Amino acid sequence: MKYIDEFRNKNLVTKLADQIHKSVIRDYTFMEVCGGHTSAIHRFGIPSLLPENIRLISGPGCPVCVTGTDFIDRAIAYSKMEDVIITTFGDLIKVPGSSSSLEKEKAAGANIRIVLSGLDALEIARLNSGKKIIFLGIGFETTAPGSAVTIKQAAKENINNFFLLSTHKLMPPAMEAIIKDGASLDGFICPGHVAAITGSSIFDFIPERYNLGCVVTGFEPADILQSILMLIKMVNQNTPKVEIQYNRAVTLCGNLIAQRCLSEVFETCDASWRGFGVIPLSGLKLRKDFERFDIEKILPLKIIFKEDNELCICGEILRGLKTPEDCPLFSEICFPENPLGACMVSNEGACNSWYKYRFVK
Amino acid sequence: MNDFISLNHGSGGKLTHELIEKVFVKRFAMSEPLTDSFIIKESGSTLALTTDSYVVDPLFFPGGNIGKLAICGTINDLAVSGADPRYIAVSFIIEEGFPMDDLVLIADSMAEEAAKAGVKIVTGDTKVVDKGKCDKLFITTSGIGFLNSEIENISTGKRIKPGDKLIINGPLGNHAIAILGARNNMAFRTTVTSDCSSLNHLIRKVLQNCKEILFMRDVTRGGLATVLNELAGMIRCGIIVNEATIPVDEQVRGLCEMLGFDPLFLANEGKVLMVASAGEENKVLEILRSDPLGRYSEVIGEIITDKKELVVLNTSAGGKRIIDMPAGIQLPRIC
Amino acid sequence: MCLSIPAKIISIDGSMAEVSAGGAIFNAGLHMIEDAKVGDYILLHAGFAIQMISEKEAEETLRLFEEINNSLDE
Repeated sequence: MKYIDEFRNKNLVTKLADQIHKSVIRDYTFMEVCGGHTSAIHRFGIPSLLPENIRLISGPGCPVCVTGTDFIDRAIAYSKMEDVIITTFGDLIKVPGSSSSLEKEKAAGANIRIVLSGLDALEIARLNSGKKIIFLGIGFETTAPGSAVTIKQAAKENINNFFLLSTHKLMPPAMEAIIKDGASLDGFICPGHVAAITGSSIFDFIPERYNLGCVVTGFEPADILQSILMLIKMVNQNTPKVEIQYNRAVTLCGNLIAQRCLSEVFETCDASWRGFGVIPLSGLKLRKDFERFDIEKILPLKIIFKEDNELCICGEILRGLKTPEDCPLFSEICFPENPLGACMVSNEGACNSWYKYRFVK
Repeated sequence: MNDFISLNHGSGGKLTHELIEKVFVKRFAMSEPLTDSFIIKESGSTLALTTDSYVVDPLFFPGGNIGKLAICGTINDLAVSGADPRYIAVSFIIEEGFPMDDLVLIADSMAEEAAKAGVKIVTGDTKVVDKGKCDKLFITTSGIGFLNSEIENISTGKRIKPGDKLIINGPLGNHAIAILGARNNMAFRTTVTSDCSSLNHLIRKVLQNCKEILFMRDVTRGGLATVLNELAGMIRCGIIVNEATIPVDEQVRGLCEMLGFDPLFLANEGKVLMVASAGEENKVLEILRSDPLGRYSEVIGEIITDKKELVVLNTSAGGKRIIDMPAGIQLPRIC
Repeated sequence: MCLSIPAKIISIDGSMAEVSAGGAIFNAGLHMIEDAKVGDYILLHAGFAIQMISEKEAEETLRLFEEINNSLDE
């Protein structure tokens, strides 16, 4: 497949790995902040190709992982209402809320449907005029513009039974929170698809304020290895900056049409992140002009939240302070078939990836 | 264990194994390891007996229907045990209101498939239940085959040793993708058809010409990953497979990349994993490839001494990682 | 973030396109893309084309890889 196979070429990957081995002069810790990177790194067995003094840790890049139990509880509460169809990406189905999950509610008869796109959810709304269709908006800057386009389309067609429950989040505030939290890092493998929308300039503040290098990275093995090489060079030469490795999809300024659409429909707000608490201006909510699509404005809920399992350290794992193996629950009572925290539920959650694709030398 | 049955219990992965183990195996005092057919030794004859249920949705899909699936699945469970499938019993649970024309089409498919495979459907049962009490149509089958007792440990792989080779008879995931595409509630189109087929003639050809087949298992729900993990657990050896040699059709690959699926976890209905003695694999490949159902056969890996009971993948990019059993159903994702 | 793959535009109808990934056909909203043409490659994510793939940049990256390969062979 074009633009995929060429970047998975074994010879190329081996040679990049060789170059990495030749370039290391000390220990390095790089954080990737994208669930797609966590997954790709483990899927292709990247750790088995790297020298031991490179440590890759996972940050809060999986929107499922950073989605709190309260969001799932809210979605479940709406699913129990009459005449409601919940539409969601498959990622959320197994995420545990405080006492249930969308999967369990579906099994118990709730009308919950998996969609591949907000536009699919909108079509369900067109075909079910007597029902309220609530679309669960998860994802970062890559996915939020799609929700924005969908809302605009709903507005254009005067569709009045389509709603959004938004937990869209922004990446840079979380990255800054991690740095300020004191995580010991030498650089970031930056999310290539977020940057395809936003442009690489959103990461400029990181080398400027914190002297950490950032490489905006693609998702194929050659991309990831090339990025690691670029980060090593930045550390060795003490030249932290933002560089684009993924230039076939990322520019400095990004996709301006997508950005305009996003800012037309959404505004930033404070948001709660699993393991971080509230990070100011890190979330997206619908602007006043589009409030009629915000289900929480139309049908407000009062939810009582239960605490997460107190031994669960998803928060520290998301912040890069601990690894899955540091968690007392990991692989003992928390594993993919019985996930206790979101890090284990999501395919790209650090714990799920770690468990499934365990590193083998 | 969960206090309700979820779809994941039927996906063929870890939860299915747990359900069978905890609810049925001990209660029924079934002997382990569980194999696809139960071998009966009665006055000189060795028989293989198997049973299965079919609840596929939709009932009709590109490449087949629930009836064809039932016959092929039963035949394959017997054939991969080394048995020559002979007789099938079939029972139907039909929902009130089910269209007669559809039932006829399904029955026709079953007759056609049985005739092609040289197997007789000899007895059966039919029940109709009130509307809403079952999802259109469920089919349960039992099958009997005759087995040469010399090869009865083909199900358990007792003779497998390090260095022996793993062979698959063609590309993975087509059945799962055909079903997904036919469900019509996913926004994609594909021309992939199910690989649903009876493998008994293919397997007989191999067994007649090669005495060094040490293990066979059909690769159904739970995918190749499940079979490899089951095998590694049974023989208590490690297994290494090479991603670059595992055949996957382009469209299946494209869908897996887009939806976030692993082809090793996808269901098949016309695939058999064989283990052949080291040195015999090319002979086996030649026999397989001379048949339409084995044209794209490949040697995909081998048994290794270390990494006990683990399945290791040499990825196409050159790294290594472990293949685990799927936890449950794969769901399309955006992240 | 996250799951997004290069797919080839095979037909366009207003703001929607059909795109091919290995021959499997998906719907893609073109609302965020300008001047898309049949034959172009886009990044498909959650039912939308989020960016065009630059053939020129892809070739440049591969050429750089070639250089790395050659320099290591020396």
